[in-house]
Amino acid sequence: MRKIEVVQNILGANDSIAAQNQRLLDEHRIFALNIMSSPGAGKTSLILQTIAKLRSKLSIAVIEGDVASTIDAEKIKGHAAAVVQINTQNMPESCSLIANMIDRALKSLPLEDINLLLIENVGNLICPSEFALGEHKRVVISSLPEGDDKPIKYPMIFADADAVVINKMDFLPYVDFDIAAFRHAVEGLNPKVKFFEVSCKTGIGIEGWCSWLLTETQLNPHK
Amino acid sequence: MHELGVTQSIVNIVLDKAKEAQASKIVQINLVAGELAGFVPECIQFYFDILSKDTIAQEASLIFIPAPAQLRCRNCSTSFHLQNTLWSCPKCDSQSVEIIGGRELYVESMEVE
Repeated sequence: MRKIEVVQNILGANDSIAAQNQRLLDEHRIFALNIMSSPGAGKTSLILQTIAKLRSKLSIAVIEGDVASTIDAEKIKGHAAAVVQINTQNMPESCSLIANMIDRALKSLPLEDINLLLIENVGNLICPSEFALGEHKRVVISSLPEGDDKPIKYPMIFADADAVVINKMDFLPYVDFDIAAFRHAVEGLNPKVKFFEVSCKTGIGIEGWCSWLLTETQLNPHK
Repeated sequence: MHELGVTQSIVNIVLDKAKEAQASKIVQINLVAGELAGFVPECIQFYFDILSKDTIAQEASLIFIPAPAQLRCRNCSTSFHLQNTLWSCPKCDSQSVEIIGGRELYVESMEVE
């Protein structure tokens, strides 16, 4: 019997497809956002609000990830320049999008005509944080009815986020969500994170979120 | 939940390396799975038994080398291991902590015949 040194990253295959996706996006000067949250926090609602505000300035495509159904793609259709639905059931990773799903989706998008790609990940606060897709920035949405303890229960996804959107701010009078405690917990893990307090229902805070996103898209160094 | 794809990667990696080394049997695979990497060893073992069937890795034992969650306080620079999932500094109680270890996930080495 003999011993062989291996030292090979198990997620290496995913990471190299993700890097390849990012190169393709950069060649087309597309800024890509990986949007993650638990189910029901408002990913699709935020995407719809973002398209409504920015569609006159940017050409926006959407990749929808769900275990099953085309409900979200149907909602987006007619608003975005293009939309692709990925269903992850029967795939090795049903709980998260992974880089080769994005590789396939990019092949069916009109890349020449897009400035901004919004990738809606599968609703889940655990698995998506492990898989790079080729995105330029990661956004996590937390909504008030979920409670303010999510960064303590699911630290990894918050540690890697570039921005955290606190959605459903219109619920504030009805729920015990301590905004300061939530922000403090996220900042402890991730001091550079940007926060946006919004309500996709009433539209408050959407302006600030969209102006950040517009700036990030325009500042994209590969543009 | 997401261990199937990861286990397929492990099987691919070890079979490639065994081929390179002209081995006829993989006896043991040593994996480093960090406490914060988010993968469950029992699930990896379960899928490994299925995915390695009829390959030279079929009877290999999987050894998981633990890599504890290592944190560093941004306030007083104390390094510490994660204790009962509390992400605060044991010295100054600050909640501002940096992850410095425990996210590793790699095939470290293997024993072949």
